[in-house]
Amino acid sequence: MTDSGFRLKGSVVTTVLLEIQTFSLDDIVFHLKEKIDQVPHFFNQAPIIIDISKMKRGIRIEEFETLIQSVSSLGLGVIGWRCDPENLPAWKSSVTIPLLPASKARSIDTSPVIKKEECPDVVVKTVIEERLVPQTTKVITKPIRSGQQVYSEGDLIVLTQVSAGAEVLADGNIHVYGALRGRALAGVKGDVEARIFCKSMEAELVSIAGNFMLSDTLQDIVWKESAQVLLVDDSLEIVPL
Amino acid sequence: MAKIIVVTSGKGGVGKTTSSAAIGTGIALKGHKTVIIDFDVGLRNLDLIMGCERRVVYDFVNVINKEATLSQALIKDKRTPGLFILPASQTRDKDALTTEGVQEVLEDLAKEFDYIICDSPAGIERGAQMALYFADAAIVVTNPEVSSVRDSDRILGILQSKSKRAEDGREPIEEYLLLTRYHPERVALGEMLSVSDVEDILAIPLIGVIPESEAVLKASNQGAPVILDVESEAGQAYIDAVDRLMGEERPLRFLEVQKKSFIKRLLGG
Repeated sequence: MTDSGFRLKGSVVTTVLLEIQTFSLDDIVFHLKEKIDQVPHFFNQAPIIIDISKMKRGIRIEEFETLIQSVSSLGLGVIGWRCDPENLPAWKSSVTIPLLPASKARSIDTSPVIKKEECPDVVVKTVIEERLVPQTTKVITKPIRSGQQVYSEGDLIVLTQVSAGAEVLADGNIHVYGALRGRALAGVKGDVEARIFCKSMEAELVSIAGNFMLSDTLQDIVWKESAQVLLVDDSLEIVPL
Repeated sequence: MAKIIVVTSGKGGVGKTTSSAAIGTGIALKGHKTVIIDFDVGLRNLDLIMGCERRVVYDFVNVINKEATLSQALIKDKRTPGLFILPASQTRDKDALTTEGVQEVLEDLAKEFDYIICDSPAGIERGAQMALYFADAAIVVTNPEVSSVRDSDRILGILQSKSKRAEDGREPIEEYLLLTRYHPERVALGEMLSVSDVEDILAIPLIGVIPESEAVLKASNQGAPVILDVESEAGQAYIDAVDRLMGEERPLRFLEVQKKSFIKRLLGG
């Protein structure tokens, strides 16, 4: 048991990586603000790591601290910084935020399509840390009622219905062998290959890897019929089964 | 061993107390010793519907607090043999219901009674959760309209997750749907959900459809459970529901729009 009143546990969170290519504070702040305004929900208090490993020239500690402050003032939470281990600046131990090791992260570009010439110097990337997760499938045999929430770390299989006002979430796929009347969110950790299958599409919301669609739109495509939902080129497709 | 049946709905005003009174009376009429407990502490109504409000001296909370014994608080129904009422307190609130206190009272009642009907208050908070916590079966009272159906769905979720049976990992609570205030004319006009719509959404067995009826209001005001009004459609529908609850098969009645007779139409009725 816990004698000390706390427990130390490992945890993995999805963070945003701010990769600086050229240091121009005003430009960075301007373009970053523009990005945030597009999806304020996503960035609000989002943990962010500042990465200066791609910078061609060095950066002074004063400049770097100003950058941290500017980024924080945009409503992001700077949790650390990264640098090329071969090229660590002399001031590395005087920075107020922790230096994080370079990761084996794979990156997914979530930036909207921008023509090459107007491409800003700041690139915001969502980083998904790679880790081994046992793909456990959860099977639910009873109706999921309004107000209930079910989450599976792998696939989620519901043998009956998902009522209106209920929510099912899975890191993997979601199968509903009844009416899907509530909200279904597949690939919640960013798996763009995840899909939703249901016997009768009557959902309030369907989402795959954060791309969602509401019932208003669904009603025009497939309604009260069996359907699958998948992500094709960043947009949701609803296909009758 | 007594069977504990909670009459619940989530939403208020759908007919829980009317149904508790009718079903409790119906079960007692079949010769089973039955007690109806009013869990709506602070909004005591069951005694009015049962017509015993003038005989309330001690109540459920007094028994929990050991200020009175069960036999002092139980009110014997004057009309139906083998039927007792345990009234709620009007001057207290739902926090007076402690899990241990309720359990003790139910255990004592179980020694003497065959059926214990718990009339739940509206909502999903403490009062409602206490009423359903020890239940073996639940009658979910629903009106054929969307908000009532949604709330019933919510209560069904709570029955599955927050009852003692669920916590102990025993057989889940038996769930039955009782559709009340059903208005075939308005269903035909598409203004109300039909029986099959509600069954489709809630997906639990139906034990009765009670038509909207003036007899219900009349019975409430007279302080006599509507099931005793055997002439009325509502009374007959409750008799059917009790029969089904006891495992008998009864065809559904009063679901069709009734054609007005020639004479009624002549008289402009």
